[in-house]
Amino acid sequence: MSFVGRSLRRIEDRPLLMGQGAFAADCNWPGQLHMRVVRSPVAFGRILGVETEEATALEGVVAIWTIAELDDLPPIDFRQMGLERLAPYRQFVLARDYVRYVGEPVAVVVAVDPYIAEDAADLVFCDIEELEPQLDATAEPVAFMPDVHPGLMSEPAVIRRGYGDLDAAFACARRVVELEVKIGRHTGVPMETRGGLCVYDTEKDTLRLYGAAKVPHYNRDAISRMLGLAPGRLELSEGHVGGGFGIRGELYPEDVLVCAAALRLKRPVKWIEDRREHLLAANHSRDQVYRLKAAVDSRGFILGLKADFFTDQGAYVRTHGTTVTDLSAGLLPGPYVIPAYDVAGHIRLTNKTPAGTYRAPGRYESTFARERLIDAIAIELGLSPVEVRRVNLIGEAAMPFDRGFETLGTRVVYDSGKYADLLERVLAHLDYDRLQQQLTERRSRGELVGLGLGYFVEKSGLGPQDLVRMRLDMRGDIEIVTGVASVGQGVETALAQICAETLQVPIERIRVIHGQTDRIEIGFGAFASRVTVMAGSAVKIAAEALRATALEVAARLLQTTPQALRLSNGMIETVNGSASLPLGDVAAHLEETGGLTGEGRFASSHMTYPYGIHAAQVRVDPATCAVTIERYVVAYDVGRAVNPMLIEGQIVGGVAQGVGGAFLEEFVYDENGQPLAASFADYLMPTCHEVPEVEVLLREDAPSPLNPLGVKGAGEGGINAAGAALAGAIDAAIQKPGAVAQLPITPGRLHAILRGGR
Amino acid sequence: MKAAAFDYLRPASLGEALALLATHKDDCKILAGGQSLVPAMNFRLARPAILIDINDLDELDHLRADAGQLKIGALTRHAAFHRPVVEGPLGTLLAKVVRHIAHYPIRQRGTFAGSLSHADPASEWCLVATTLRAEMVAKSARGERVIAASDFFHGTFTTALEPDEILAEIRLPIMTPDWRVGFYEFSRRAGDFALGMAVAAAKVEDGTIREARLGVGGVGDRAIRLGALEDQLVGTPASSDVIDSIDRIAREARGMIEPSGDIHASPEYRRDLIAASVKRALTEALA
Repeated sequence: MSFVGRSLRRIEDRPLLMGQGAFAADCNWPGQLHMRVVRSPVAFGRILGVETEEATALEGVVAIWTIAELDDLPPIDFRQMGLERLAPYRQFVLARDYVRYVGEPVAVVVAVDPYIAEDAADLVFCDIEELEPQLDATAEPVAFMPDVHPGLMSEPAVIRRGYGDLDAAFACARRVVELEVKIGRHTGVPMETRGGLCVYDTEKDTLRLYGAAKVPHYNRDAISRMLGLAPGRLELSEGHVGGGFGIRGELYPEDVLVCAAALRLKRPVKWIEDRREHLLAANHSRDQVYRLKAAVDSRGFILGLKADFFTDQGAYVRTHGTTVTDLSAGLLPGPYVIPAYDVAGHIRLTNKTPAGTYRAPGRYESTFARERLIDAIAIELGLSPVEVRRVNLIGEAAMPFDRGFETLGTRVVYDSGKYADLLERVLAHLDYDRLQQQLTERRSRGELVGLGLGYFVEKSGLGPQDLVRMRLDMRGDIEIVTGVASVGQGVETALAQICAETLQVPIERIRVIHGQTDRIEIGFGAFASRVTVMAGSAVKIAAEALRATALEVAARLLQTTPQALRLSNGMIETVNGSASLPLGDVAAHLEETGGLTGEGRFASSHMTYPYGIHAAQVRVDPATCAVTIERYVVAYDVGRAVNPMLIEGQIVGGVAQGVGGAFLEEFVYDENGQPLAASFADYLMPTCHEVPEVEVLLREDAPSPLNPLGVKGAGEGGINAAGAALAGAIDAAIQKPGAVAQLPITPGRLHAILRGGR
Repeated sequence: MKAAAFDYLRPASLGEALALLATHKDDCKILAGGQSLVPAMNFRLARPAILIDINDLDELDHLRADAGQLKIGALTRHAAFHRPVVEGPLGTLLAKVVRHIAHYPIRQRGTFAGSLSHADPASEWCLVATTLRAEMVAKSARGERVIAASDFFHGTFTTALEPDEILAEIRLPIMTPDWRVGFYEFSRRAGDFALGMAVAAAKVEDGTIREARLGVGGVGDRAIRLGALEDQLVGTPASSDVIDSIDRIAREARGMIEPSGDIHASPEYRRDLIAASVKRALTEALA
């Protein structure tokens, strides 16, 4: 019986559907205290003093600390893509000398209940000398913290990549196409806000942090380093997680503060973020400006691409280091050949909330820029946008395709892909020529309707490795222990399916442990669409090891050879059906010698590269500037689909967020750096009314040669090209090529385009 | 997002409630549906010392047609209007408008009178009350007074109500079957506050418009009745060439408002949106 490739129901849903979820706010401990963070009300300024006397006097307040009391804590370090020259730009857990964004933690209050904590926080007065904020990442860099870091400017790094002879490309170009586009500031907004409960164990003198997510092992080690805790004194425990999207689970000041408070006070301390805090304090993302210049020949083939772009990193460089800018530079060329390329990605600090990764980081943005460029080339040359894509796509024969540089410390080698084939499949699915004819007819009747395309290459399965331990007990139940994490995406089901495939046990017998640092010594977490690739492969290896042991022992017990045995429905049986034995009996036989176990470790120094296409059809109402999505198609090749239903769910969810970034979500600031979208009344999330039905063409045409399953990650393809496809569709609908150069496409911006005659 | 401390009082009669209001005045707030007040308290934008919960006051829980008026008690929830509450154009119009107010769960709790007392400039009910010339019945320990809609709204979140008064009832004139009605609203998402909206109503006799009502909302600090355009409509034939009149009136409406800009819409966009809303509301009513 096969388990991989089937849309099996999620095994993790029962507690969630029964209202028994254990999210961060569900964790409680007798005698717990509550933490509240006092945040900066100004965007940029020098701290003259923090007055806490009145707050301290409030009954029920246990402690109030500023950086003066937590002076021994170092800044929060980079988890990945750190550079030495970025070090001075790291954020301390509480503001030191300066505040650099509205919402920056300045002090922390611990009290006996959350109401008193909030009352006390309101009484803390931050005396700040306000300074002129920097709010434009494309403006000339300014001083980061005048006098504290003399000479340190607000451009910590420029990421450069390139190959080929760009001068020669431009010298023989038929046409040079230039473009500037902007992607707005928005981010992943999980339904569950951040939070944690840190419990101090008096007997063992240890700490345990509940509410962990994404990268528990890394965060355990990082917090331990910051607090000076020896190995074994801090463990992290992940419960249910209400959405991750890249932003949840990174190490933030509050995670360290809650542990520091529990350690100092030797009492349980709980912190739950409210939504306003979340929109001010959790990582923002996107917010890039691209300036592209392409040398093209008469067919629209890009001979060379020169790109400059700016990432608005916000106030500090957080755990991701250069990740977003690095990925933008690395994936900007996408599925196209582009024989010469030169890119400079400027990381610029501003006085806004610090930024990090959000689902398809650097790709939502760069795909928008690149696909707008392709559309612009088509316009300039009077070609069809489809034709321009066709002539530029990397051919099947060129796979694996080495881009000639690195991203995230791994060489960019597209492992497999049938790019042209997927494009033709999408066109056939759309009945493209007929559809365009229909749209033309509707436009001639006065309707503003149009179709847009976005082609993209994703990346997934970042290493370095993952470890899996598996144990089958006497009842035949299997426990899989991994160091990856679940942010709700179906990890348990996918891993169980891979295990069940190899061991032929019913999926209900399998339990998956994740995100528990005391259960397994290493773990690399859930990000970069890596879990199914890395942990999935490790599960397969572990299951094969367990299977080999089981067959060998069973062969002895049944007086035959392993080759004469097979697994079926939790049993080992002889191929001729003469004898059988439950797997649990084999486990029982091994009980005294360590049980029936398997271990799998999968390491990889290369990422896998799934690819796909978004196609959007929209209708514009010129009177109200409303955009209605009439049709939305996502084609995505993930190499091999472990559970098609889960992947479709990932894609549809991704589209929802992509629509949000394309039309609705934007962190807007006023000229003083005050955030104007700091609640759900102004930061507009798409709802079921705004999200279209999504037609998913899930493909398995180009399995990855880099792992034993052939899988590529499926988490980010649904969002990647949403901005690009919708922008193209609106251009077509209003018949103003290249009109959309900025996301989100708000009714106000569309109004300016329609009235401005651009 | 935890509210500051407050005292909670739940009077058992209107007399008791009015006495409490007379005592506490500006220190207290009335809690009916709480759909605007409670979020404001959680954000600590509102910090009333005392909440007076009126949900036990049966005297305020009514919705009836009486002497040519629809009388809406202070405890009438938005959801009460999901189906027409009176026969004829008024019930139809209210049922159409209510679908634009926030979302289903909010409509189950929030009240018609609460919306009016709160006086958000983008509130649908404020637009309806202004355009249809509602009467507001304010009660206090001092007695009762009736306030015309045109005198009731003073600006964003401010009304003619005194601190010791409660908006006990709203009276809307019931329209005869020869009235035709239309409503159009545009918001960024379903259920959001309107960026622009319009209500139109016209009494058509013998193919001619005899009376008209036209108002717009979501622009400025309160809903705006476009009296001059109402006058222009009167006497116009409600035939096929009404379309030309509608176009002209929509263009004029555009110039009669002075919208402000915010992060969701520029003044220019809002002006065009109002023209579009007026046109669509009138078209629905007349064409």
